[in-house]
Amino acid sequence: MKLRHGTLLAAVLAATILAAGCGGGGGGNDELVIGEYGSLTGGDATFGTSTKAGVEVAMAELATESQGKIGGLTVRTVVEDDQSQAQEAATAVQKLINQDRVIAVVGEVASSRSLAGGPICQAAGVPMISPSSTNPKVTQVGDCIFRMCFLDDFQGRAVAQFAFQNLGLKKVAILKDLKSDYSAGLTEFFGDAFKKLGGTIIAEQSYQAGDQDFSAQLTAIKAKHPDAIYIPGYYTEVGLIARKARELGITQPLLGSDGWESSQLLAIGGDSMNGSYYSNHWALDMPNPRLQAFLKTYRDKYGGSDPDAIAGLAYDAANVLFGCLKKIAADDPATFKAFGSSKAGTPERKAAEAKLRDLIAATKDYAGVTGTITLDANRNASKPLVVLEIKGGKKVFNTSINP
Amino acid sequence: MSEFLQQLVNGVTWGSVYALIALGYTMVYGILRLINFAHGDVYMLGAFIGLFASRWLHAGDHPSPGRALLVLLTSMLACALIGMVIERLAYKPVRKSPRLSALITAIGVSLLIENGGVLLFGASPRFFPQIVVQKPIPLAAGVVISNQQIIVIVVSLVLMLALRWLVVYTRVGKAMQAVSHNHMAASLMGISVDRIITFTFMIGSALAAAAGVLVALQAPRIEPYMGILPGLKAFVAAVLGGIGNIPGAVVGGLVMGIAEVLVTGYLSPSYRDAIAFVLLIVILLVRPAGIFGKAVAEKV
Repeated sequence: MKLRHGTLLAAVLAATILAAGCGGGGGGNDELVIGEYGSLTGGDATFGTSTKAGVEVAMAELATESQGKIGGLTVRTVVEDDQSQAQEAATAVQKLINQDRVIAVVGEVASSRSLAGGPICQAAGVPMISPSSTNPKVTQVGDCIFRMCFLDDFQGRAVAQFAFQNLGLKKVAILKDLKSDYSAGLTEFFGDAFKKLGGTIIAEQSYQAGDQDFSAQLTAIKAKHPDAIYIPGYYTEVGLIARKARELGITQPLLGSDGWESSQLLAIGGDSMNGSYYSNHWALDMPNPRLQAFLKTYRDKYGGSDPDAIAGLAYDAANVLFGCLKKIAADDPATFKAFGSSKAGTPERKAAEAKLRDLIAATKDYAGVTGTITLDANRNASKPLVVLEIKGGKKVFNTSINP
Repeated sequence: MSEFLQQLVNGVTWGSVYALIALGYTMVYGILRLINFAHGDVYMLGAFIGLFASRWLHAGDHPSPGRALLVLLTSMLACALIGMVIERLAYKPVRKSPRLSALITAIGVSLLIENGGVLLFGASPRFFPQIVVQKPIPLAAGVVISNQQIIVIVVSLVLMLALRWLVVYTRVGKAMQAVSHNHMAASLMGISVDRIITFTFMIGSALAAAAGVLVALQAPRIEPYMGILPGLKAFVAAVLGGIGNIPGAVVGGLVMGIAEVLVTGYLSPSYRDAIAFVLLIVILLVRPAGIFGKAVAEKV
């Protein structure tokens, strides 16, 4: 008797679910869900908030252009906070894919966290675009992982070249973050290139993200009398290191990478940042008309504040994704229907995601706000890099270097 | 040589902070035989209250010694009150229970403050304003000390001497010593044991708050979990010096600070957090009662 009750209940439940499923499929409230994960809180909070802001600008433009719809489906973004931690990043991506059933993922900025989320997207066959992770390993995870920025081998080499040739530095010390893939990669690329040019790396010290005190490392570096210190790290630690360095009487320039790019860098480091140089994806005064238009929209939307390059790359990532979706909607409406939220988990959805993946991979000569984006066979963009100088509390364009 | 001397200066700066926190552990242990695991979190609250006080006083925009001192005192006073509340609400009700209950209560209070901190202040780090403008002062032989480091060392020294004076020469200090020897006998002599215990918590918490503000001055990133590791290390420092012993806590703190800086500077920062616990194991093997501690025979 008991068993029969159970069977009956199951049958009723199944019928209800089926009915609900059919209702959703036929209804007009089907959505196109795009996931985003980033560090909205924690040590690298501006990376996540800038990425979110960049995607929001793209969404706002989509709203004015076509009521926020692509191919008749309303686009919705789900943003997950990974608290600047790699384990949390993996959890966030799991949730986006399994619970929110997203069709594509935008994220992360920090390479370690892109490397934590990437394999999950790859396994699920969901395309992931990292706007700004520069470590080479990020896209090596698989053919579903893309990026909108240059790579660290180029970035490290370019800064080494700039330091040796433009600044005439011969002896450089490196202070790296022990636990970061990004920092480890850049240390290697910069060191190799600098030595090849004829310079010497006279000291290599390390710290761990979250450290409070850097006096011991900086004292050891100071004793070697370097011409400059290369710090391939993220802005919070860089700001604190700069302050400590000046406090210890180190007046030499500090050199850095795009992990320095944050509105918080100068707030944390203050005057100590003056006389430093770092590589970046753009300078705000570059004549690119797309960039200038984006700047205006961004300032209007966010009360006059300037975007950082992280926001620009996220804006480009969102637009590349929207562009591909629009193309599928126009060329192949039958496939496009499978992107609707009611089709999650179906074989049609799988096929549609594969199609989206192929289209992103074919991105060519896309005119973005951070430069022209063409993805190569390894799903990486190759773009020129800009060296910014920090002078009088401002970031000033110094030079640009081509790959 | 100048590098070594510079590392010593760095080490003494951090060591003084550890010493300040360790004093709170050691005082509470001396009186209650309780390891107050929430102590590191009071240190965190001290830094945050300092942050709010300096915003309120505009100490970051117009740095002046008077404002900086006011920030320090506000934070110490507020944390003294917090220490009192913690003792009254959390520890007093379990004072007659087995020691394990008190220990678990302490861990509970610690978690409550940390997660309450995340709720109140958010998980993102905040940055302490420059309430004292940083200025490097060159000493002999290429060694540089900053005015902030001097402030950290001098303020810690003054507070430690004040504590010493309080414990040795005042009535309340003598009462504290009496309570630490024997609660029952002290109360028979007319000492209000409850009040002395509360007072001890207040003093310990105020010292932790001072440490919080001094650290924030030096390393301006503050966040709700910032108290965990320094708290643990200061506890090790207190054990190192001989828990319950006030000069021992100071020496233990300094040893810890210097050891950490030397390990980071000459080896690698990956060993920095380990050195505290290596020191702890060594001291427990060689001198279980700590550098200054007296071995006490357990009554059976």
